[in-house]
Amino acid sequence: MQSQRFRTRLKTPPGLRPADRSPKNSLLSMMTTTSTQTGIETRGVFKRLFELVFLNTVRREPVAGLSAQPGSNGTSAVDRSGWLIRIGLVLLIAAAAMAARPVLADETGNPLDLLRQGSMSEREQAVEQLAADSANLKLLQALQDGKLFELKAEAKLAIGLETQTGYSLTDPISGASLGEVERGAVGKINLNNKLRTLLRKAIGQLQLNHADPAVRLGAVQAMAKNVDDKALALLKDHLDHEADAEIVAAIRSVLLLQDINSPDKSQRVNAITTLKEFDSQDAVNKLQALTEKDADGNFVEADSDIRNLAEAALIKIRGRMQAYAAIETVFFGLSLGAVLVLAAIGLAITFGVMGIINMAHGELMMLGAYTTYVMQQLLPNNLGTALILSIPMAFLVAALVGIAIERGIIRFLYGRPLETLLATFGVSLFLQQAVRSIFSPLNRSVATPDWMSGSWQINDFLSLTWNRFYILIFCLLVFTALLQILKRTKLGLEVRAVAQNRGMARAMGIPTSRVDAMTFGLGSGIAGVAGVALSQITNVGPNLGQAYIVDSFMVVVFGGVGNLFGTLVAGFSLGIANKVLEPYAGAVLAKILVLVFIILFIQKKPRGLFPQKGRAAES
Amino acid sequence: MKRLSISFRKLATAAALSTALFGAAGSAQAEDTIKVGVLHSLSGTMAISETTLKDTMLMLIDEQNKKGGLLGKKLEAVVVDPASNWPLFAEKARELITKDKVSAIFGCWTSVSRKSVLPVIEELNNILFYPVQYEGEESSKNVFYTGAAPNQQAIPAVDYLMNDLKVQRWVLAGTDYVYPRTTNKILEAYLKAKGVKPADIMINYTPFGHSDWQSIVADIKKFGSAGKKTAVVSTINGDANVPFYKELGNQGIKAEDIPVVAFSVGEEELSGMDTKPLVGHLAAWNYFMSVDTTKNAAFIQQWKDYIKNPKRVTNDPMEAHYIGFNMWVKAVEKAGTTDPDAVQKAIIGVEFPNLTGGTAKMLPNHHISKPVLIGEIQEDGQFATVWQTNKVVDGDAWSDFLPDSKPIIADWTAPINCGNYNTKTKKCSGQNY
Repeated sequence: MQSQRFRTRLKTPPGLRPADRSPKNSLLSMMTTTSTQTGIETRGVFKRLFELVFLNTVRREPVAGLSAQPGSNGTSAVDRSGWLIRIGLVLLIAAAAMAARPVLADETGNPLDLLRQGSMSEREQAVEQLAADSANLKLLQALQDGKLFELKAEAKLAIGLETQTGYSLTDPISGASLGEVERGAVGKINLNNKLRTLLRKAIGQLQLNHADPAVRLGAVQAMAKNVDDKALALLKDHLDHEADAEIVAAIRSVLLLQDINSPDKSQRVNAITTLKEFDSQDAVNKLQALTEKDADGNFVEADSDIRNLAEAALIKIRGRMQAYAAIETVFFGLSLGAVLVLAAIGLAITFGVMGIINMAHGELMMLGAYTTYVMQQLLPNNLGTALILSIPMAFLVAALVGIAIERGIIRFLYGRPLETLLATFGVSLFLQQAVRSIFSPLNRSVATPDWMSGSWQINDFLSLTWNRFYILIFCLLVFTALLQILKRTKLGLEVRAVAQNRGMARAMGIPTSRVDAMTFGLGSGIAGVAGVALSQITNVGPNLGQAYIVDSFMVVVFGGVGNLFGTLVAGFSLGIANKVLEPYAGAVLAKILVLVFIILFIQKKPRGLFPQKGRAAES
Repeated sequence: MKRLSISFRKLATAAALSTALFGAAGSAQAEDTIKVGVLHSLSGTMAISETTLKDTMLMLIDEQNKKGGLLGKKLEAVVVDPASNWPLFAEKARELITKDKVSAIFGCWTSVSRKSVLPVIEELNNILFYPVQYEGEESSKNVFYTGAAPNQQAIPAVDYLMNDLKVQRWVLAGTDYVYPRTTNKILEAYLKAKGVKPADIMINYTPFGHSDWQSIVADIKKFGSAGKKTAVVSTINGDANVPFYKELGNQGIKAEDIPVVAFSVGEEELSGMDTKPLVGHLAAWNYFMSVDTTKNAAFIQQWKDYIKNPKRVTNDPMEAHYIGFNMWVKAVEKAGTTDPDAVQKAIIGVEFPNLTGGTAKMLPNHHISKPVLIGEIQEDGQFATVWQTNKVVDGDAWSDFLPDSKPIIADWTAPINCGNYNTKTKKCSGQNY
């Protein structure tokens, strides 16, 4: 039975530092190291020894790793009086290590030490203690951001910023610099979800008096997530001396939500009538609760006036929700369409204008994505700059490879589409294997810069993600740029001339074979640029290209071969169609339905949405 | 012209000679080695995951040879590449057994590849060790399942969410193929048996490699904002996970609000991802690289040394191969022969220590007992264990939560000797595929 209690107590693997838990460390060596440490609290020494003894005892058991029980996250139920601590170390060890821990778990020691080496539940206590004083705000924020470290040698906490070789440290309370250390000298303080929730609330409460209104608003929102009496009182107090209108509104809505269940009927009526103008998910949930029935079929809310009011308010809010949902679907469709257009637009040139079936088009996108990866490796501290620089780089890399493919293979195969198809398919396999050999077959992780992550939260029902937003704009920019190149530059003129009538163009003195190479390079380069965008939303791996090649051909064929505007319209309409169908049919079926639609459409209009007109197209 | 023909003749002679020499050497070697087949894809989509397992097997065989081999003979790995092509798995298995005369095969990853190998391995009566967590509902005389059955991964994970995190609404999201579909069927039945209303369960399937998660994540967000604690149980497989977690992060869904517990995201997968948006989400496995035991530390060191890369990680299927291989070695030693029939009998009841502490035991249903661990993803791509079972869980081949498979058990010892024995009708249907 004793060993059973052992096990429930020893449930702290994430909180403990590896050094403490390594069975290799003998008690003796541990004692010598701790005694040489300066400034360590006596209790800390005890505690480390107890953990060591305790852990080693259990480790020797055959089922050491399987010792935990669900839900027993180390909180102590055993209350031992404090004098036990003062009994000598030897006695304690002899008296069985299991007695030691409950005592320590209950002690209200220095919260910083608890944070540093306590179990997860001890860290919770520590955070609650630290949250009482606003001087600890920096420390708590660092903890939340995963920037709080333990200096192993000095047994203290420090905020660390990653540098090239290690971390530059600052003191969490005073903010004084502590110099730089190597990576191995510090250990990160780990968190779990419970702690993160707690931290969010604690930081919110501390930030309520921050100078920056945006921070204050964030604090109110963090507190609104789970309101308790303490938070409510804080918010009510704060309302009196808050000047910012937006924050006042945010606090008011929190208070109004509480008013729904107030004993005063007029207050409730007032709350409901005000809330029905709010786009708030919390309001919907609260109102919903008023209209529900319990298990016996009776309404939970006895007052029928309130119930009817709530139902009317719900209908009003739901109407707005549907409108927002429609906007959201259109945005999702446009952003999916933007990805399709980006992938297809290079193909619209090589396939549409030149008539080459380039099966390696997807791999050119893959090269663009890998260029982004390489750029980020070269500039690890400037992810945003790396991303922007990779746009011209990817264009260059993909364009050069494209020109090499055209000069090396395709130019010998003009007029023989089947052979071109097979040859470029071979090239695609070659490029995939090359990437596998150079970068390994595993996917590479391309980081998203901060300004591209997160979303633009318009209200509770509508938020647009930034990365999709930027890609949509990027797609339109690339499209406009390409259109301008084709319309206004000499190359564009030559490309169009060669596409319309090769023989005539040559007779006019246009070097057609050079124009072919340049056109193919242009289409390939655009594919590379598309790869940069794809690296932000999907996996960068050797198979990246294969996933998009079919979609690209689909868009070009649907839009009408040789028409850039057709590609744009086709991409966006396929994207929206997909997203409108998805909620009803599911992702798998939606894709199938769109494919079936395109097959039928091509039967009816084999030249796509916007067929080319004129003599050149008909011949 | 003349010179060319001479050199060609020379070349041909040399080639013939060397073939003869190597052939002789090869056959001479075959006399005194025990051959072990390694059937993992080294190219194609599954290469990402399976190449690691091939290397793990080579390392284990290498180590066994250093210890002096098996039954006084050296072990020899025969590596073939089924190229992520499911029918090719069956062909390669046949080749391994009939041509190379291997004593056992270690291999497969996806359920569909295992199903493809099953008829071959049963017809030719050999042994397959299958190291990946799977959907259950199977027990073959010739297959040993060293990965987790649903009751060793999915069910405990759901229990944890329900009891510890008080989750009331469930999203079951998966890739559209046999493993997620069967697992979700079991989970749905289990949740309903626990009193969860059908309105509180949302099921969603997506194709392999799905990358546009916007509307699905938006749906999850709406589903999860109804005031009840919501969790996502993810059987999403392969690299579709990366854009999925990215989208979760971008749409502001935090692990504290709607945790995602994944069954197919391990250390190896995380090493190719930007882990920032994943921190705090959960995964359920039977092994974590971060578990701190002396055995595990030694295994990790051995792996890093063998692969000559200090950044490589270990994962759950690797541990499964480690246990499976060592159990096979023990069984061969016990039987005194590599004859599949004798080994199949000898291996039942064989025990071997896990890397995470505790002991794995081969059960009569050809599954093994395993601990279940639930971990939170950390920024460094490792897991911090937040919950684990207090003892090992026996693998159950036939789920108790599906009405059809409830009365069925697998027991490969006398007197039942059957992979799907119906305890009600007292009949053995004997059909696995």
